[in-house]
Amino acid sequence: MPKSSSVKALAEPGRLSVRKTYKLYIGGAFPRSESGRTYLVDGDNVALASRKDARDAVLAARAAQPKWAGATAYNRGQVLYRIAEMMEARRAEFTALGVRSSEVAAAVDRWVWYAGWSDKIAQVAGGANPVAGPFFNISAPEPTGVVALVAPASLLGLVSVIAPAIVTGNTVVVLAAGPQVAITLAEVLATSDVPGGVVNLLTGRYAETAPWLASHDDVNAIDLTGVDHPDVAAELERAAAGTLKRVIRPVTGGVDFTADPGLRPMTALLETKTVWHPKGY
Amino acid sequence: MTVTAAAELSDLRSFLHGLPGVDKVGVEARAAALATRSIKTSSKAKAIDLAIRMVDLTTLEGADTPGKVRALCAKARRPDPADPTCPPAAAICVYPAMVKVAAAALAGSGVHLASVATAFPSGQAPLEVKLADTREAVADGADEIDMVISRGAFLAGEYTRVFDEIAAVKEACGGAHLKVILETGELGTYDNIRRASWLAMLAGADFIKTSTGKVTVNATLPITLVMLEAVRDFRARHGRIIGVKPAGGIKTTKDAIKYLVLINETVGDDWLSPDRFRFGASSLLNDLLMQRTKLTTGRYAGPDYFTLD
Amino acid sequence: MFEYAPAPESRSVVDVAGSYGLFIDGAFDGGKDGNVFKTVNPATEEVLAEVAAAGPEDVDRAVAAARRAFGPWSALPGAERAKYLFRIARIIQERSRELAVLESLDNGKPIKESRDVDLPLVAAHFFYYAGWADKLAYAGFGPDPRPIGVAGQVIPWNFPLLMLAWKIAPALATGNTVVLKPAETTPLSALFFADVCRQAELPPGVVNIVTGAGDTGAYLVQHPDVNKVAFTGSTEVGREIARAVAGTGKRLTLELGGKAANIVFDDAPIDQAVEGIVNGIFFNQGHVCCAGSRLLVQESVADELLASLKRRMATLRVGDPLDKNTDIGAINSAAQLARITELSEIGASEGAERWSPECALPDRGFWFAPTIFTGVTQAHRIAREEIFGPVLSVLTFRTPEEAVAKANNTPYGLSAGIWTEKGSRILAVADKLRAGVVWANTFNKFDPASPFGGYKESGYGREGGRHGLEAYLA
Repeated sequence: MPKSSSVKALAEPGRLSVRKTYKLYIGGAFPRSESGRTYLVDGDNVALASRKDARDAVLAARAAQPKWAGATAYNRGQVLYRIAEMMEARRAEFTALGVRSSEVAAAVDRWVWYAGWSDKIAQVAGGANPVAGPFFNISAPEPTGVVALVAPASLLGLVSVIAPAIVTGNTVVVLAAGPQVAITLAEVLATSDVPGGVVNLLTGRYAETAPWLASHDDVNAIDLTGVDHPDVAAELERAAAGTLKRVIRPVTGGVDFTADPGLRPMTALLETKTVWHPKGY
Repeated sequence: MTVTAAAELSDLRSFLHGLPGVDKVGVEARAAALATRSIKTSSKAKAIDLAIRMVDLTTLEGADTPGKVRALCAKARRPDPADPTCPPAAAICVYPAMVKVAAAALAGSGVHLASVATAFPSGQAPLEVKLADTREAVADGADEIDMVISRGAFLAGEYTRVFDEIAAVKEACGGAHLKVILETGELGTYDNIRRASWLAMLAGADFIKTSTGKVTVNATLPITLVMLEAVRDFRARHGRIIGVKPAGGIKTTKDAIKYLVLINETVGDDWLSPDRFRFGASSLLNDLLMQRTKLTTGRYAGPDYFTLD
Repeated sequence: MFEYAPAPESRSVVDVAGSYGLFIDGAFDGGKDGNVFKTVNPATEEVLAEVAAAGPEDVDRAVAAARRAFGPWSALPGAERAKYLFRIARIIQERSRELAVLESLDNGKPIKESRDVDLPLVAAHFFYYAGWADKLAYAGFGPDPRPIGVAGQVIPWNFPLLMLAWKIAPALATGNTVVLKPAETTPLSALFFADVCRQAELPPGVVNIVTGAGDTGAYLVQHPDVNKVAFTGSTEVGREIARAVAGTGKRLTLELGGKAANIVFDDAPIDQAVEGIVNGIFFNQGHVCCAGSRLLVQESVADELLASLKRRMATLRVGDPLDKNTDIGAINSAAQLARITELSEIGASEGAERWSPECALPDRGFWFAPTIFTGVTQAHRIAREEIFGPVLSVLTFRTPEEAVAKANNTPYGLSAGIWTEKGSRILAVADKLRAGVVWANTFNKFDPASPFGGYKESGYGREGGRHGLEAYLA
């Protein structure tokens, strides 16, 4: 049996190390799965999330969403930058889990990149529309709401799907692939001024939980980037059609997360609201 | 005065400022939409005759003479000498100095005689002068008085002063009908037009009238629409029907019919009468006559066939 | 009483042929199987024409024609594509009287709307997107935006030509080619548009029109060589399309149903609010996905507002769509009339109070008097389901928070209205409404420069404006 990853990370000769229990991250807390199940990953017992955990995570995400979206963009940017600060300080924890140091650095930098977008995306994605009449008319992007993310396995991939979703005011339920890395990231988030419920992170098998999120009436969008089988992706997309969720499809051949992400990861989870008002004395 | 009217007066400012606002774009869009109504054939014929009966045939020039006024009176009595079925105009509207001449010329015709008064068109004279102006016009035979409000006082927020002036003029009118000219082109906003309408009605106006015809913006459809809404709401609240008179700039039959449509679809039948609605106009009458002739003869009419006054 | 004499627009300005074929690869043909369906004038039930019903092989041919045309069309310099679109816009302006009459004949909408709203917006939409064709690199979708390929587009019957313009103009400007299926009850203006394309000498295959019923549309959106699907219609069908497209990688935009709240606060400009309510629900017989079908009025002014609304409704002129003074025309089809009638009966049976002004309806054709239901609560079906007809549900609220909560309490999220003279209230309420278009102190305003589309089950993607390009760019 492989050694626990937390042991690997903190091993010191002659001392019996204290292991980490890898739990879920829901509503800002670290509960065990309500099902009481765990599964073994690289020697660690990791919480195996159930559909009820997914349901709880949606409740937490929905509860947190209005306030997070209602925070100023400046404030959300500061929170994301704080995540980068905290992650920078804990780079060793990620490398100890086997993530390459360059990838950890790229992941930190990605938080910084998105932090800067918080108060700029509305200007880039929205603006005044010159309608033919005496009307003030403006389009502005707004968060879609609660987003389910089937995250890719890599740390950079994980950050690259969470950050663009939350920077604009969405809250997320993440189905994470690499559980130890993901929960370590959750610990970063928990110490980074991110309000509880903005990011909820479930470990386990997405094939078990994702269908419940795809069909959930209170989920507005689903990102399938981490789905590695086309038939499963198609099935989830079909389920998502039930409430006409916004769907981010997996990219054939995978996404190059080291490339410039562009705007689409953000705009795919934004709604455009257009407001009209007459102009006259 | 009713109890509600008394209560409204006790705090005129809060009452006027508490009236619902008017959205400029919305009211103009509504007026423009109604202006697209297509009034043809039999309804056009009826509309033209009604419009003729609503005309306050007006001359308000420094160059007015007894001869000019007599000619206009003859025109009002028989707008189309060639066609005895053509109805007379509603009234003649002149300066106070011309009232005696007009009274003689209109005697027995049923055509009303309106006189502008109260230091028309500016209204910038002491109250005593305005009242004397009014009394004299009535004494000389005017049965309708078109007064102007002091826009300066209104815009300065001196609503009580404006109210008192109207009430005093109303008293000076005796039995004559009082039309209160708001000079809407100087009030700046539709909100003010609605407020001024209510102010005039509460103070005793029998008619509210848009304009003197002496400023850049005279009667428009949306301004008249706001005033029609005001008389409609005033009636619902106080039970009294106040007339409306757009004046200035209404020159064609097409224009006049748009106003009739506006009445029809805003306040309805009760205002489709010369007792409740007037056009302050001069050249309009000849265009109405030309269109009337076109409908009767089936040919397009020419101005040489109508009297020039 | 001032009665308006009939003022009919001349029907002779449009020449409707007895039968119409499909428009594929620049030519009309009868369709492989020779199946036809009839399109009727809903105001008279008179058959206007027989139209070919496209079968699978016809759709195959249309998609193949669009595929062949895609290469050269997408390779044209944007400035050249722009000129074709400008040509189309101009021809539409020149033929707008003819097209307006045709639209009113086939759809039942009043001529004043097809003349003053639909046709001007159709031409404006082509003008707007024409200008984008050679400026796509500046649209904010990357330095070298590419077209997607063949677009399969399915449009509804409520604004036949306008919905066609919303679909075809951005698709062509961005270098895609299209196969468009108009609605079964209103196919004619799309076929006239095909003729406009011919007049403009648009290359064959760039625009293909296949007429038919739902199965033709289903076949089109499922066609393996279609790269992009755009649909406007009911949420039910939108769901089916989203399921059908799942796993295919086809790009999809959906503009679906709505149940918009029109919120009137106690300080509203009341006469304009009444106009906005009337325009919001009775415009186009209420056959409008963004119709303000739920009136939320602050309880303190509800009686006054309803009295004004009823008085105003009594002046609505229902009747001959070709009469220039008609405000409300015919319901588009017998099926739609049955649905409106059924939901209205449910409204009454659930205890809401029904009111319509007195209005004489013609004997032939499909008609429904403008109707309001008062005493409606969120639990009533007429407050939740899209009726798509001239039927308004009136609910009350006490505070802005309650208004927002009720407005958002629906799976739909297409549009909403706010009426108040207080600026800060407008902005706060507009912020909180979950709807893609918010009209404050106005309603049902459209413009090619203004993005349109929904939140939640009202669909995804935007049509109009810079945003409208995104759906057609890779």
